[in-house]
Amino acid sequence: MMKAQTIEEKQYLVRFNADTKSHLHVLDDNICLTKCPDKICTIFCPAAVYKWEDIRMHVGYEGCHECGSCRIGCPHENIRWEYPRGGYGIVFRLG
Amino acid sequence: MPEKFDCIVVGAGPAGTACAYELAKAGVNVLLLERGEYPGAKNVMGGVLYRKMMEDIIPEFYKEAPLERPIVEQRFMMMDKESAVTFSYKGLEWGREPYNNFTVLRAKFDQWFAEKAVEQGALLVCETVAVECIVENGRVVGVRTDRPDGDIYADVVVLADGVNSLLAKQLGFHREWRPDEVALATMEILKLDKSIIEDRFNLEPNQGCTIEIFGDATKGIVGTGFLYTNKDTLSIGVGTLLSGLIKHKIKPYELLEYVKNHPMIRPYIQGSEPVEYLAHLIPEGGYHSIPKVAGNGVLVVGDAAQLVNAIHREGSNMAMTSGRLAAETIIMAKEQNDFSESMLDQYRMKLMESFIGQDLKKYKDATHHFERFPQYFEQYIPMMNRAASQMFTVDGLSKWEKQKKIWRDLGSTKQKFKLARDMMKAWKVMK
Repeated sequence: MMKAQTIEEKQYLVRFNADTKSHLHVLDDNICLTKCPDKICTIFCPAAVYKWEDIRMHVGYEGCHECGSCRIGCPHENIRWEYPRGGYGIVFRLG
Repeated sequence: MPEKFDCIVVGAGPAGTACAYELAKAGVNVLLLERGEYPGAKNVMGGVLYRKMMEDIIPEFYKEAPLERPIVEQRFMMMDKESAVTFSYKGLEWGREPYNNFTVLRAKFDQWFAEKAVEQGALLVCETVAVECIVENGRVVGVRTDRPDGDIYADVVVLADGVNSLLAKQLGFHREWRPDEVALATMEILKLDKSIIEDRFNLEPNQGCTIEIFGDATKGIVGTGFLYTNKDTLSIGVGTLLSGLIKHKIKPYELLEYVKNHPMIRPYIQGSEPVEYLAHLIPEGGYHSIPKVAGNGVLVVGDAAQLVNAIHREGSNMAMTSGRLAAETIIMAKEQNDFSESMLDQYRMKLMESFIGQDLKKYKDATHHFERFPQYFEQYIPMMNRAASQMFTVDGLSKWEKQKKIWRDLGSTKQKFKLARDMMKAWKVMK
């Protein structure tokens, strides 16, 4: 049996120095609610940062890999994406 | 921090550091900005670093750089559900000087490379985000950082800020990338004993192997899986166009698990311990997506300029060479004290004349072709596997009979014509 199968287990392998405020902002939850049946960011985000909670998008920015996929892949350009402040965010130790 | 530098380089990856190294070596007063805790903290790559382009900058770097293994074998697997057709080249000439390429772990390598630039006289400042370029009278004159009183000025700014390339986008050098211009790659570093790695991959100590995996690794979507040997770890990953993940509604980490558990792959990594999980975008728009790379007081290098040859998994080499060419141009511009676009545009010309421009031109339509026509990955790779199985299974049928069966497996006459046409088209976009 392989180890670290789930995304939660994978994320435990990563070092994060999370800032106190988010660098990711869903501009309008209403667009997710009414115009985006797939909520595709909840699928393609490699860190499962985005979770839909009934009427709003929960953004777990603390686990973000800062790849930029959500900014490019959101079909409604509904995500404002910045880099975390200098020194904060993901810290890759190896690869 | 002095208020003004000759040059500010944004991003201490292979492109930015190469540029800063060359500039500092020539006596140019250069500031190298990095947003991570250290160079490499934000950087990810499958792991292949090419010797030639690195040695153009630091001769015999391999005698002191933190490298994993020199690659002596490159395998290519055309994988189906329970089988694979594999091509490979193994050559011991790659295992000795001058070498061909090495696996590296970027957090270690990028720190080392940046230290070398510092030794040459570059000033490295980490934990600092360049949030925008300062533009005055139509020319870039510096960058605004996220530090208090963080405006810094320079004669020229080099944007080496990676695939997201936010600064060049702000300048209007390119629009936002489309989901079919970037590939999302996820990977894991797996700890495994040196001796087990060498046994499983048929290696001597200080030899390495790379495996590129096509077909079922990406469930038929355009992309590749990879498995590379490091000293006492393996790097395993899978990358597909972001548009493919969206279209097929696939979670990238589940695709990575699928590759890890694939019966053709699992035996290689059995018993290993995952020690890091990483995700990153790769610019794969190719030639057509190269943005404007030179403006008044500004140049764009590396991933930020989409300089990746996805077909040959080359990127770090293009990054380094583009950084070096940018530095050459800046040194010339400094001599003439002219940092205008018409002067700096020589960088673009150098870039296009080099292997970078030539190779990207050669494959300019390849990725798009394989994305538009999914049958190569979805149908032809399984077909190739069935043909190999048929031909090499000894079951009493004559070889003529087997050839007939393979021929029938290609489908109706109409389907055979389509196959022939597709092969011609593939040749056209790759030749």
